[in-house]
Amino acid sequence: MSLSQHEIDREIAALREEYEEARAAGAPRADHPARDYPPYRSSTLRHPRQPLVPVRGDPETTELHTPVFGDTDVTALDNDLTRQHAGEPLGERITVSGRVTDTRGRPVRGQLIELWQANAAGRYAHPRDQHPAPLDPNFTGAGRTLTDDDGRYTFTTIKPGAYPWRNHDNAWRPAHLHLSLFGSAFAQRLVTQMYFPGDPLFPYDPILQSVTDESARRRLVAAYDHELSVAERSLGFRWDIVLDGPSATWFEEGR
Amino acid sequence: MSAQPPEQDAGTPAATSAGTPPLPPTPSHTVGPFFGYALPFPDGGSPAPAGHPDAVTLHGRVWDGAGAPVPDALVELWQPDPAGRLPQLCGSMRRDAATGGHAGRNGVDFTGFARVATDAAGHWSVRTLPPGARAGCAPYVGVCLFARGLLHHLFTRVYFPEHAAANAADPLLASLPAERRETLVAAAEDERRSTPGASGTHRSYRFDIRMQGERETVFLEFPEPRESRG
Repeated sequence: MSLSQHEIDREIAALREEYEEARAAGAPRADHPARDYPPYRSSTLRHPRQPLVPVRGDPETTELHTPVFGDTDVTALDNDLTRQHAGEPLGERITVSGRVTDTRGRPVRGQLIELWQANAAGRYAHPRDQHPAPLDPNFTGAGRTLTDDDGRYTFTTIKPGAYPWRNHDNAWRPAHLHLSLFGSAFAQRLVTQMYFPGDPLFPYDPILQSVTDESARRRLVAAYDHELSVAERSLGFRWDIVLDGPSATWFEEGR
Repeated sequence: MSAQPPEQDAGTPAATSAGTPPLPPTPSHTVGPFFGYALPFPDGGSPAPAGHPDAVTLHGRVWDGAGAPVPDALVELWQPDPAGRLPQLCGSMRRDAATGGHAGRNGVDFTGFARVATDAAGHWSVRTLPPGARAGCAPYVGVCLFARGLLHHLFTRVYFPEHAAANAADPLLASLPAERRETLVAAAEDERRSTPGASGTHRSYRFDIRMQGERETVFLEFPEPRESRG
C-alpha cells in the first residue's frame, strides 16, 4: 500500500512515454485523462472496461441541450469567497478571471460555474478532510457565478494551500481550485481543476499527470495576469476554459 | 421563472472561422472526495414539483469494479418533462437573496435537472416526473456520473421498462447486445402508497450504476460531428 513517490514517478514516466510513442505513430492527441490511470490508485476500480458507446446526436437529443440556471440560482456576492463571513479569510487574496467558450471559440453565455477549494492552509471545510491543518472560521471555500454575454467570469478568493493525501507515501497535491461548468449542452459538462503557475509539485502529482499530453496539461495552469491584479488588494490570474462536445445550437446554425 | 437558455454566438471576433482547427478543450479532472459541502443542494433530488400526482421515485446504487458501493459519487440527471419538452427554467438551486443560503426549489417549476450525492451505501434517490419521448427516441433520463477516482465523468441513460415497444425501436438500445441493453433499463418496483393521506400510488424504479466489471453499465460519449467541422 505504501508506495513511494519514486515508484509513482516511474509509472507516470512509463505512461507518458507510451503516450508519446503512440502520438509519434499517429495516434490522436489525448485532451482528457484516461479513466484508467494506475498511478492515481482510486481510478483502478472506478473506470469502465468496455469502450464508451458513441451517440451521434441530432437537435432533438436531450444531452445536446442544457439545464438552465439564472438569477434565482446565484446571488450577487456568490463569486466572492472572501466575503461570506464576518471577517476576512487568511491567505493571499486573488482574482481568477477568464472566458468560457466552445471549441469554435463561441462564448458560453449566462451559464453556471461552481468553484470549491481548500483554505490557505490546505484544509477543506469538509468534515471528512482529516488533514491536521487549521480550519479558517472566515473561509468556507465554495462559490458560484454566471458567465456574462461574452462568456466571461470572475471569482475573488484566496490562494489555496497544497495538501497531503494518501495515494502513496508522502503524496502532496499542488494548490488547485475545483471548478464545475455547464456548457451549451449537457454533453459539454465539465468538472476540472485549475492550477497556479510555477508550482514545484506538478511533476509529483498523479492527478495532474493523468493528463499525459503536455500541451493539454498546460491548459490546466492559469497565467499570472498583472492587468487583473488590483492595487493593494489582490493578485490576478487568467484562466480561459474550452468545453468540448456537441450542442443542438450547432445544428440550428446549419453546421 | 424563465430564463434565456445559454447560447453560442458564431459572430464574435474570437469565433473560429471556417477552416481553422477547433480550440483544444480544457481537460477533465476528478471531482475528488470533498465536493460534498459545495455541489449538492437542498431539493437537488426533488425536481418534481411538491405534491405532483405523477411524481416517480428513481433510485439505485453506484458500484465499483470489486462490487463495493461508491459512497462519494455525484449523480446528475437531465431530462424532458412528461410531454417531452426540455425545460428552459432556472431555479434548480434557488438561493435566498437575504441570507445567501439555499432556498430550495419554488415548488412549482420543473427544471428537469437533479443532482444528488451517494450516501455511505452508495445509494442515490431522486423524486422526479417521468420523461416524455422526444423525436426518434424512447423516453429516457440523461445521467452524468462523477466520483472520486473517476478522472473524466461518465454519461449514461435511464430508460423505463413499460415502454417496451419504444425501447425496442430506440436507436441506442437497438444498437446494443441484449445483455448490455438491460443495464440501461430501470427495474419497476412494486407500486407503493405515497405519503400517508395522499391519494393514489406512485411508481418507483431502481437503476444501479456499475462502473466496472460484471454487468457493467453502458456508458456513452457524444463526439463532436467532425464531418461538419468548419
